[in-house]
Amino acid sequence: MTLNRRAFIHRGAAAAATTLAAPRVMAQGKPKVVVVGGGAGGATAARYIAKDSKGEIDVTLVEPTRKYYTCFFSNLYIGGFREMSSIGHGYGTLAAEYGVNVVHDWATGIDRDARTVSLAGGGVMPYDRLILSPGIDFVEGSVPGWDLAAQNAMPHAYKAGSQTELLKRQIEAMPEGGLFAMVAPPNPYRCPPGPYERVSMVAHVLKEINPTAKILVADPKPKFSKMALFQEGWRNHYAGMIEWLGPDFGGGNVSVDPAAMTVDIDGVVENVDACNVIPAQKAGRICEMAGLTDGNWAPVVPQTMQSRKDENIHVLGDATSQGDMPKSGFSANSQAKVAAMAVRGALTGSKVFPPRFSNTCWSLIDEGDGVKVGASYEATDEKIAKVDGFISQTGEDAALRQATYEESVGWYAGITEDMFG
Amino acid sequence: MLGKSTISASLAALLAAGPGAADEIGDADRGAEIFGMCAGCHEVGKGAENGIGPHLNGIFGRRAGRVEGDYYYSDGLERMGADGLVWHLDTLDAYIENPKALVSDTRMSFGGIEDAQERADLLAYLRRYSDDPANIPEADPTARKPELELPPEILAIVGDPAYGEYLSSECTTCHQRDGNAEGIPSITNWPEEDFVVAMHAYKRKLRPHPVMQMMSARLTDDEIAALAAYFAGLD
Repeated sequence: MTLNRRAFIHRGAAAAATTLAAPRVMAQGKPKVVVVGGGAGGATAARYIAKDSKGEIDVTLVEPTRKYYTCFFSNLYIGGFREMSSIGHGYGTLAAEYGVNVVHDWATGIDRDARTVSLAGGGVMPYDRLILSPGIDFVEGSVPGWDLAAQNAMPHAYKAGSQTELLKRQIEAMPEGGLFAMVAPPNPYRCPPGPYERVSMVAHVLKEINPTAKILVADPKPKFSKMALFQEGWRNHYAGMIEWLGPDFGGGNVSVDPAAMTVDIDGVVENVDACNVIPAQKAGRICEMAGLTDGNWAPVVPQTMQSRKDENIHVLGDATSQGDMPKSGFSANSQAKVAAMAVRGALTGSKVFPPRFSNTCWSLIDEGDGVKVGASYEATDEKIAKVDGFISQTGEDAALRQATYEESVGWYAGITEDMFG
Repeated sequence: MLGKSTISASLAALLAAGPGAADEIGDADRGAEIFGMCAGCHEVGKGAENGIGPHLNGIFGRRAGRVEGDYYYSDGLERMGADGLVWHLDTLDAYIENPKALVSDTRMSFGGIEDAQERADLLAYLRRYSDDPANIPEADPTARKPELELPPEILAIVGDPAYGEYLSSECTTCHQRDGNAEGIPSITNWPEEDFVVAMHAYKRKLRPHPVMQMMSARLTDDEIAALAAYFAGLD
C-alpha cells in the first residue's frame, strides 16, 4: 500500500520536474501538507495554504502549545508596555475558519522516505509536502557553566512564555542598587536587535523601581544591529546605568555559575542579582534529526524555501540559512507566503509568481521612543540577497519616534492577524 | 486569459531567467584575482591591517577617511568624509573607476579600472568582508536592485487578479485586511485612483515614509495598478 503510493508519487515528482508547474495528480484523496511549528512561519504557511487552496489541500498544523506567545513584543512585556495575555494567540480561528487540522503534539521524528511525521503522542502523519518552522534551539556548552537545567536561575527568555515571566519577576525582585547581567549571543541568532531592546526595557523598569541598579552586557560581537541608535538612546534615557562590554573588553570570554549567581567576564567575577543568558543558537532540533542541516542551520532554495536536502520539505524562518534575511518573525512570515505559493503550485498546479521577501524590525528604547530597520530582498540562485533598505536615524525628533512606536503596535496587530486569522 | 500551458511556459522562463530577481554585484571569485593589483597597498580579510593604504574590512558603509586604528589620510579624503561621503557600491565604483575624479588630491596612486565588469567583480569580492545583513540588517545590500522593467510574459501575469492577491500578501503583514487602522492606516476599500497616486508619491519619495518608499520602489506601474484594484474590490 505505502510502497505503491510512494512509487506513484515518485513518478509524479519526476514528471513535475520536467514540466515544472504541472499539477501532481494524487492517487487518492486530497494532497496532504503537514506544518510543524505554529509560529510566524508555520501558522502563516498553514493559513495561506488552507485559505488559497480553497479546500483542495488537507493542512495539518503540529504545535505543542495551545497558546502561542510571540517572541516579538515579549520585551515589551518585560518593560511593562504589554500584558502577557496580549501576546498570546490560540489556533481556534485557523481550525474553525480555515479548516486547518490543528494537532497539539510534539513532532519527534521524520521518515523522509516514507514521508511521515511521527508524534510524541504516538500518531504518524503522512505528507506530500512537509513544512518545518521549528524556530531555534540552543547550542550546548556555548556559555560555559550554563545549560538548560540552569534556565530557572539564569533564564534565556528567548522563547517567549514562562521564561519571559520568570525573568521579569527576577528583575523586579533585584535588591536596591543591584546588578543585572546579560550574556549576549554570537551571530547568527534570532532577532538581531532583540537583546538590545531587552536591555532597554530592563533599564526602563529599573529606572522606575530601582534607579541605582546597574546593567552589564557581555557581548562577543564588536558591533550589533541599530548600535548607534541604542547607544544614543541609552545615553539619553538611562545615563550611567548600562555598561556594554564588547570583545575588546572581554565580552566574548564569559562563563557563569548559576548556583553562586556569578558571571566571570575575562577573569573578573561579578556577583549578579539577575542574569539573562542568551546562548548561541541553532535550528530547532527536528531539522537536525531529519538530516536537513549543514552546521547549525537548514539550508534552503531561495525561490521556494525548499530544503536543499529534500525537495518535499520546506523550511522556514529562524531555522534556515538562506542568505541575507535576519532571523525575525517578519522574515518568517514573508518566507511562509513564498513557500505556501510554491507548495500550492506543486500540489494543485496553481500559479507560482516570482518570490518577494521583505523584513522590518521595530525596537522600543523607552516609552514613545521607537526605532526601526528594514530591507527588501530578492532571490538569486545562491541566496536571498538584500537589495534595498532603511534604518531610523540618530537625532530624530520625539514625534517621529512616537509614530514609529505606534506603527510597531499596528504591525503587531497586522502580522498576528496574518498568522492566526 | 492565459491558458495553463502559457502560464507554465512563462513560469519556466521566470524561474530560468529570474526576472524580478536580483543581480549579483559581480563575480567575486574573479574579483579575488583582480584584487591582486590592489594587494600591494591594501589588506582585506581576517587579520587585515592598515598598511600603505587602509585595510578594507567593513569598507561598505564606512565613512570616507575614517578607518579605525592609526591611519593618516590625505586632506582630500578627510574632507570628503567630513562632507558626508560614505562608501557604498555606487561611490566605491566611481572611486575605483577614476580616483581623482571623486577625490582630487587622494594619495591613492592608481589610474582606475575602466572596465565596468572588472570593477563589479572586484566590488563583489570586497563585499564579502563587510557586515552581513543577516546579522546587521542595516548593512549594505549584497546584490543590485533588479530592473523594474518586466519582460512581456510576466506583464501578462500582472493583470491577473491572483497576482494582485499574491502581491497583497506583502501589504497585509502590516495593513490589516479587515480595515482595522490601529497605528498603521487601513488600505482596504481605498479608491483605486487615490491608491495609485499615493503609491507613486512614495515611489518618487515625495511622501516620506521609509518602509513605504522601499516597498513602492520595487513595484512596477502595473503592479501598483493591480494592488489598487485588489484592495478597492475587497469585500
